Amino acid sequence: MTEPILTVRDLCVDYITDRGPVRAIDRVSLEVGHGEILGVAGESGSGKSTMAQALLRILPPPAVISGGEVLLGSTNLLALSEPELRELRWKRFSMVFQSAMDALNPVITVGEQLIDTLQAHTPMNAHQARERATKLLGMVGIPPAQLDAYAHQLSGGMRQRIGIAIALTLEPSLVILDEPTTALDVIVEREILEQIRELQTRLGFSVIFITHDLGRMLQFSDRVAVFYAARLVEIGPADSLRNAPRHPYTQGLLRAFPSLHGESTGRESIGGAPPSLQNPPPGCRFHPRCPLAMDRCRIEQPELLAIEPEHSVACFAVQ
Amino acid sequence: MRFLLRRLGFYCVAAWVALTLNFFLPRLMPGDPATALFARFRGRLGPEALQALRETFGLTDAPLWSQYLTYIGHALRGDFGISVAYFPTPVAQVIGTGLLWTIFLAGSAVIVSFAIGTLLGIAAAWWRRGWIDALLPPSLVFIGALPYFWLAMVSLYVLGFSLGWFPLGHAYSDDLTPSFSPVFLADVAAHAVLPVGSIVIATLGGWLLSMRNTMITILGSDYVNLARAKGLDPARVVLRYAARNALLPSITSFGMALGFVLGGSLLTEVVFSYPGQGYLLVQAVRSQDYPLMQGIFLVITLAVLGANWLVDIVYLWLDPRIRDSAS
Amino acid sequence: MSAPGSPRSIGIALWWEAIRRDRKAGMGAAVLLVFAFIALFGPLLVGDPQALVGIPLQPPSLQHLLGTTGQGQDVLTQLVIGTRVSLLIGFGVGLAVVLIGALVGVTAGFYGGRIDGLLSLLFNVFLVIPGLPLAIVIAAYLPTGSFTLALVLIVTGWAWNARVIRAQTLSLRQRDFVAAVIVTGESDARIILSEILPTMTSLLVAQVIGSTIYAIGAQVGLEFLGLGDVSAVTWGTNLYWAQNDSALLTGAWWTFAPTGICVALVGFGLSMLNSGFDEITNPRLQLERAWRDHLGRHGMKPARSTPVVRNHD
Repeated sequence: MTEPILTVRDLCVDYITDRGPVRAIDRVSLEVGHGEILGVAGESGSGKSTMAQALLRILPPPAVISGGEVLLGSTNLLALSEPELRELRWKRFSMVFQSAMDALNPVITVGEQLIDTLQAHTPMNAHQARERATKLLGMVGIPPAQLDAYAHQLSGGMRQRIGIAIALTLEPSLVILDEPTTALDVIVEREILEQIRELQTRLGFSVIFITHDLGRMLQFSDRVAVFYAARLVEIGPADSLRNAPRHPYTQGLLRAFPSLHGESTGRESIGGAPPSLQNPPPGCRFHPRCPLAMDRCRIEQPELLAIEPEHSVACFAVQ
Repeated sequence: MRFLLRRLGFYCVAAWVALTLNFFLPRLMPGDPATALFARFRGRLGPEALQALRETFGLTDAPLWSQYLTYIGHALRGDFGISVAYFPTPVAQVIGTGLLWTIFLAGSAVIVSFAIGTLLGIAAAWWRRGWIDALLPPSLVFIGALPYFWLAMVSLYVLGFSLGWFPLGHAYSDDLTPSFSPVFLADVAAHAVLPVGSIVIATLGGWLLSMRNTMITILGSDYVNLARAKGLDPARVVLRYAARNALLPSITSFGMALGFVLGGSLLTEVVFSYPGQGYLLVQAVRSQDYPLMQGIFLVITLAVLGANWLVDIVYLWLDPRIRDSAS
Repeated sequence: MSAPGSPRSIGIALWWEAIRRDRKAGMGAAVLLVFAFIALFGPLLVGDPQALVGIPLQPPSLQHLLGTTGQGQDVLTQLVIGTRVSLLIGFGVGLAVVLIGALVGVTAGFYGGRIDGLLSLLFNVFLVIPGLPLAIVIAAYLPTGSFTLALVLIVTGWAWNARVIRAQTLSLRQRDFVAAVIVTGESDARIILSEILPTMTSLLVAQVIGSTIYAIGAQVGLEFLGLGDVSAVTWGTNLYWAQNDSALLTGAWWTFAPTGICVALVGFGLSMLNSGFDEITNPRLQLERAWRDHLGRHGMKPARSTPVVRNHD
């Protein structure tokens, strides 16, 4: 097995508020292999979007990375200086933001937003950059005339495609998709996902696919990681998780999936609400809502242990 | 385009309201307006002046609506009547001389203040330091709370009277005749420093703080985050992504503040005896020259409306979303 | 009572919290308390401001702490006496314009349609017509005095509040809790009074503060031009007389300097109260302080990228 594209070990991220630090990501470890699609699932506030931005180190204040390692290939991202980061960003790994309407600058053309990326990292002149931008648009199925369009003139689906084109501008080896289809309707969503998969097969980049829609993710990903209350509770091949989920939370999410869409119903079938990250429950964070909770769960936090090769779970009941 | 026409329509309505106010205000005075006015002026005006005054106000024996139409008709032709204090000079002529000076004074002050304030606001949002965040807003708020004309008085006193660095009043030296010669222009500039400077100081803080606050909010938005994530040069992120967007609400508030700044500049003119509309207006009030007063009010209003429309044009140019929307 | 889920927590309590927690707001409150004290008790402690107590245009001395005016009156006394009237009129007008603005704004925002169109046009026109010239022209036709002054201030000042309150009403109107109450069939007036207005309490308080700042400044400006009652003693008329007695050109800075500073201090105090409140409702501005301290303690400076600060726990 070649070295993974991305290695995250015991990553910790805190938000420093005037009432003390709030831990948003608690000792999360995972790996992403070459050409692999890793799905990251969890409710809002579970830490999954925070992680996406933490990897790129673009989390706004008051976030700090308070521990762990993030290795992109063999480069330690947490040890890089500002100019080094700027050099590396987008070239080796990039991101598609959640809502493309907000992620595109409303007062300059979308073409310009592709071109400035190219000109910031390569010695292309304006003409060359424009040609390359046209090709990028073509890659996601958008006609070249739209280079001179403004974000507000385009549909939601088109804007999201442009977000993808921007992410692929420098042919990175890892692309992080943060809820790429949440704001879109179902038909457009499917088109976008197929487009991504087609590009991924063609260009060979790895993907971290973040969404709260577990069902969609299981169809799309090779492996899946499940977040709960800032911790990783289960990670394994998509098939394993779909057919035999081990963590009670994952099981609860899957039960919610077939009947209705969205996590609000999921919460109801699981019962209770996700904990506040400022005052998490002692021991295992899921224990107040867990049907399998034992005494030990109220005191100790379970660590992520492999119960099968490639499939790890953080739960005392399973281990 | 439709946007501009709609705005123009609005300004026409506003102008009409101003005209109508002008028409009804003399009739606000207790008693019959005609008699009341004449009572005030009786000792001072000859019969021709009284007659001119009547005609200016449309105070004839015709029914009200007819007086109104006559009045509007006069106004549209630029006939604001005859000035009482400068009798028999028509109001339009008296105003004419002062209008350019007011536009020069208020115009340069507001442009300089907005430009400097906005640029500094961008800088303050980008280079945030603990001490800047703590000290800057309160200091600027305090300075901005000082009345414009008081700042004018202080600057006149300190820089004009005590230190003698700048002239003590007027728009140009009494011994020069107006022309476009460099000597005259330099003299005008020297006389403009204190009045323009005091208005700039009084208003700068406001632009700075509002731009800074808008920038801080925008610097947290997704598209700025993406621009940073893309590894763009920080200068480009600040200017092309953040500031360019922050400029939009700034321009809007600029337009809304124009009338207010103009008011302040009128008061400043009084302090410096600057021969503009403000100074004229106060003289008119003191000598109860109602036609002149109302004429000045109309002209100032039209100037502000025109300036607002220009700002709308700039906004249209800056925001591509407005160009497309019909609503 | 109100519908379940209505956000009544946004109210005076938030205000009080702002003053306690934020230094700036506290500072503002302190300054205002000083002036309130002067306004309430000052006149009892000083003499008659109109009395001729010394040689005109005397610089500050032990006898006359702020010197004498161009007519030989005590500047400090005039300043103290003027405080009460200026603050009263300022606050009174501030309150009045918010009431009128709220009336118009809520009606326009709540009913929408033609009523909104008409009222919006009305206040937009009044916003765009320059206030000071309009005030001067109106005041010139009316008898001089506090009443005229207050009237013109109100006429030229209400439109801004109408605009802001209308915008807030519009956004509230669309919120679920309002829709829920409308369905219950309560009368419009009751809905407005018991659901919408209470939710806007904090906004209304901020508006009163802002309008008071405007009113004091505009009042001083108009009085400076001689449009108030020049025989009364207020901050504005103090400046009027200073200008009239050619204080500037005789070097008598004490006749106008202290007054301007007082006006600015009150405006400053009120603004600090408002901005302290802003920071509580706009957490972004406040958010970073703890973060910066944390970085500082580890010897780091804020950079653009998320910093790495390893905790040793």
